[in-house]
Amino acid sequence: MNTDQLMTLAVNKNGFIFDPENGISYTVNETGLFILQQMQKGQQEQEIIASLCEEYEVLPDQVRSDLEHYCAMLKSLNLVED
Amino acid sequence: MKKAYTAPYIERNSAGNLNKYAHTTVVRHQDNIDGISIKSLVAEHGTPLFVFSERQIRRSYRRLQDTIRIHYPLAEITWSYKTNYLGAICNIFHQEGASAEVVSGMEYEMARRNGIPGEKIYFNGPSKRYSDLQRAVSEGAMIHIDHLEEMYLLEKIADELSLKPKVAIRLNMDTGIVPLWTRFGFNYENGEAYRTVQRLVSGGKLLLSGLHTHIGTFILDPNAYYLAASKMLAFAQTIKENFSIVVDYIDLGGGFASSNTLIDQYTPGELVSPSFEQYAEAIGTAFNASFFVKEHHPRLILETGRVLVDDAGYLIASVLGKKNLPTGERAVILDAGVNINITAWWYKQRVMPTKPFPGSYQNTAFYGPLCMNIDVIRSAMPFPDLYYGDTVLITPVGAYNVTQWMQFIEYRPNVCLITETGKVEVIREKEDITDMTAREYIPEHLRQI
Repeated sequence: MNTDQLMTLAVNKNGFIFDPENGISYTVNETGLFILQQMQKGQQEQEIIASLCEEYEVLPDQVRSDLEHYCAMLKSLNLVED
Repeated sequence: MKKAYTAPYIERNSAGNLNKYAHTTVVRHQDNIDGISIKSLVAEHGTPLFVFSERQIRRSYRRLQDTIRIHYPLAEITWSYKTNYLGAICNIFHQEGASAEVVSGMEYEMARRNGIPGEKIYFNGPSKRYSDLQRAVSEGAMIHIDHLEEMYLLEKIADELSLKPKVAIRLNMDTGIVPLWTRFGFNYENGEAYRTVQRLVSGGKLLLSGLHTHIGTFILDPNAYYLAASKMLAFAQTIKENFSIVVDYIDLGGGFASSNTLIDQYTPGELVSPSFEQYAEAIGTAFNASFFVKEHHPRLILETGRVLVDDAGYLIASVLGKKNLPTGERAVILDAGVNINITAWWYKQRVMPTKPFPGSYQNTAFYGPLCMNIDVIRSAMPFPDLYYGDTVLITPVGAYNVTQWMQFIEYRPNVCLITETGKVEVIREKEDITDMTAREYIPEHLRQI
């Protein structure tokens, strides 16, 4: 997954995201923000799952499906590419 | 301590999308029905589970009756069996004073089993068999004639039993709405209905007691009832003048809309479905302007079942799984599908979480358990994240589901009633293999495999 586009985003700690290239803004929830931050650090899927399970009260199986869905949302918003 | 988890979500911000209908998009949860917690209902009776509220049924009936009688005091409600013929549900209406409106020999038997005497039964429908008519005539039921063959059969039965059956003519007519329901009864505008009365009178064997129409279903325009009532009362006057027969009642059938939202309807049902008052005013205006009514005070009969029971019915379903669709939407698989909730094909029903959820919503589509692509309970709507074992509440489902449900792939589930005193009674037990096989016969040569 190509996450170059994510590196250009301005990410506010409250979940407000701004894309300076096109002026579009987004809102993420707390977990969404956490994942974006891990992606910006360069973490891959397995590492993100591990980080989420460490930070939150959740099991890896539950997170896997949610992460897939979240990535699909990011793709549909053109924030990541295959 | 670890933080509470909610599914990740991202949403593009946009300004200016005003909600002109003031309809909330916030998903509200409902964790009880009439004060009985959904958790306890599920623990006791499992899922899927139909739940009816006796309090809501009685309240709807009384409200409709009171409202219509303000406009026309000789109004009566008859319970439309096809809407929901579970014995307990029918008897709530019968206790309130409703007679029975049936459309088949089977429903007639059900009404008699519930203790309704023949003379309190209105026998509608296009398929009354010879034996059904024999029984109905001998028990004094009011028979609504749908076609000429039926009239001929009734005349034969009248001869056989030496009785003069009480009948009504079913009319169809243009009331300004589409689709025009022309398949039931005889057309008013082209003179077919008049010729039918002429034929009936010349036979001399049947007693014309009423006029009936069923103009359609889920009618969102109350004015259609004004037109229907006006035309029927004008026809009653014509019959009186030309044949010296005064009909005893005008039956306007059913068709009042519940708060459900039709699949292709943009605005939510709770905002566009007319109120009881709007329907009653339309009908009452026609009655109170009628010369026939001033002279003869006919009874007004309403058979409107859906509006009385739809909102009092709930379906609790459990989440069996979820997946991500290629469209980016979330899909949830429930243990209740269109096999038991057939009206999901007609309506965008309300699906609600049964507990408060933190976090934001995702567009979520709800599917049933059938191995069929058509098993869609609800197209995508914003919904909090769900996990295996969570429950959702689907409503309104009180009308036409526990009659039209299918024995297909799954057993039919328990049906409970929450009584006025808060007691939970099972009014239909869930099925098992014996229900499926009790009437099956396997020939001798096929018993060994």
